[in-house]
Amino acid sequence: MSGQTDTSRVVTNPTGEIESRPRKLSRAEKRAIAAKNRLSSPAASVIALLIAALWTVPTLGLLITSFRVESDIQTDGWWNAFARPLFTGYNYVSALETGLGDNFVNTLVITIPAVVIPITLALLAAYAFAWIPFRGRELLFVAVFALQVVPLQVTLIPLLSLYVDLGIDGSFWTVWLSHTMFGLPLAIFLLHNFMKDVPASLVEAARMDGAGHVTVFFKVLLPLLVPAIAAFGVFQFLWVWNDLLIALTFAGGDATPLTSAIADLAGTRNNAWYLLAPGAFLAMAVPLAVFLGLQRFFVRGLLAGSVKG
Amino acid sequence: MDWLLDADSTAHKLALMVVAVLAFVVVMGVILFAVDKPKRVPTWLVVAGFVGPALLLVTIGLVYPALNTLWLSLKSPDGSSFVGLDNYQQVFTSDNLQLVLRNTVLWVVLVPLISTAFGLIYAYLVDRTRFESLAKALIFLPMAISGVAAGLIWRFVYEYRPDQPGIEQIGLLNQLLVWLGLEPYQFLLHQPWNTFFLIVVMIWINAGFAMTVLSASIKAISDDIVEAARLDGASSFQMFRSVTVPSIRPALVVVLTTVAISTLKVFDIVYVMTGGQFGTSVVASEFYSQSFRQFNQGLGAALAVLLFVLVIPIIVYNVRQMRLAEEVR
Repeated sequence: MSGQTDTSRVVTNPTGEIESRPRKLSRAEKRAIAAKNRLSSPAASVIALLIAALWTVPTLGLLITSFRVESDIQTDGWWNAFARPLFTGYNYVSALETGLGDNFVNTLVITIPAVVIPITLALLAAYAFAWIPFRGRELLFVAVFALQVVPLQVTLIPLLSLYVDLGIDGSFWTVWLSHTMFGLPLAIFLLHNFMKDVPASLVEAARMDGAGHVTVFFKVLLPLLVPAIAAFGVFQFLWVWNDLLIALTFAGGDATPLTSAIADLAGTRNNAWYLLAPGAFLAMAVPLAVFLGLQRFFVRGLLAGSVKG
Repeated sequence: MDWLLDADSTAHKLALMVVAVLAFVVVMGVILFAVDKPKRVPTWLVVAGFVGPALLLVTIGLVYPALNTLWLSLKSPDGSSFVGLDNYQQVFTSDNLQLVLRNTVLWVVLVPLISTAFGLIYAYLVDRTRFESLAKALIFLPMAISGVAAGLIWRFVYEYRPDQPGIEQIGLLNQLLVWLGLEPYQFLLHQPWNTFFLIVVMIWINAGFAMTVLSASIKAISDDIVEAARLDGASSFQMFRSVTVPSIRPALVVVLTTVAISTLKVFDIVYVMTGGQFGTSVVASEFYSQSFRQFNQGLGAALAVLLFVLVIPIIVYNVRQMRLAEEVR
């Protein structure tokens, strides 16, 4: 089963070969096997679905709460909404008016460059590590790989004083820079692994035609790497969008993103569930949409990125 | 300059974002254009053009700060005088911080073990059943949301209202307790159990990750082995123990270590749910409160270094296992 071996390879060693030729065949085979072996006991299906439902109840509860009238939220639990359905979108309006609308814009403004820039830089570096022979290449690559070990916490205070010295503290620049720096080691490592798997004959053929490194990079490698870029892109996107630690440390005032604004709200307005519930879902909406839309890439990035913490 | 630093309106912010991305593209374009003369430019310059920007950022953003923090951890709270290993001594001897260490151990042991066990059993249970993809997507969903949102979702589940006539519980768990005829319980307040209720949240998030990775490798087990075991008359349980688990051992190691590392660094869940109060603090959250709330930079740095030191053996083990697995293949 070639398709299945591919999956196992992704777990331990990411490659770009998932889309390779035998896939269609293996899928059909898989389906045949699945039909043959489908667990005879429907009990397994029922138990699995029950657990899945149980897993979803906490989220569902807060979702329903976010649409209940404020006085109802204060009076009794969300399960009563099934007996007395009275829903409103007003909580979302209030949440946006308390400033979460601005924070949403900030999160967006933070996330896009913080995804685009590290991926671009990592692609270039990964290309050099994979396809330009130079002295000390292995050593340098291992060093970059090893930097994944560094926990964010170790870097925050020196970086903050550096930003203060430069006079850019609290601005979007610090957040973009920080996410870029922290994302690079994993990005370089993963993209390098994908890039290494491009057949050498393709690269050599282009070089024979007189193409320089820049041309080879853009014309030969980049088009082949689109799935890998998407995989890491989704990964980095969710990481930046959902981040709290960097946001709290670097993004102040007008640059405050959703996560730290909501965390702040949760501390100061402890029981204001009519604000906290819609706030949580404002923060969750985009990642959930990305997750549902690009699940295939996300899973792949996850399988490939299992090394990262 | 001010325009670049103080963006306060939505239009201004969006414009700034576009400017930043464009500036980046232009700078990179210039660098690449400069090195794109295959014959006239020496290799080292080409390499510098490709690797240089990334290396520069990694050095400024990771190498320098890590060394600097190491240095800070040997200094007094405000960083003015040298105190040797005093901060580390404090980490291991003060009552408050011993509690933090104990909590961290609980997290790092329980979260990986339970998430992985659950993920494994669930992946095995759901494999090749109807609704497999739906069931898996629902378990996996928490993986996509932030710790902040997850923390709020669960704070609402644990929400407590005083046990008085006329007051209804709005948190699901306390309502269940009341329905069972018990008294409502302050889940997030009572030590040491509150730590376990926080750990549940992390398990809720990571089980989906474990399940996804393990499910992929269960599907990769060769059909020949499965068929042979079946012909030998292996029961479901024997099959699970003697075929499934040994076959996916490398994936199990990856999952355990990955979850352990992310658990070690967990911060947002604790921050949102208890703020590290009521004896629930862990090393990562204590680092934050020492560094940014109590302005005890020396101690904060020592905690950060501790985190660093704790991560290393886990990663080394992980990489070693990966190497072994690759050799076998």
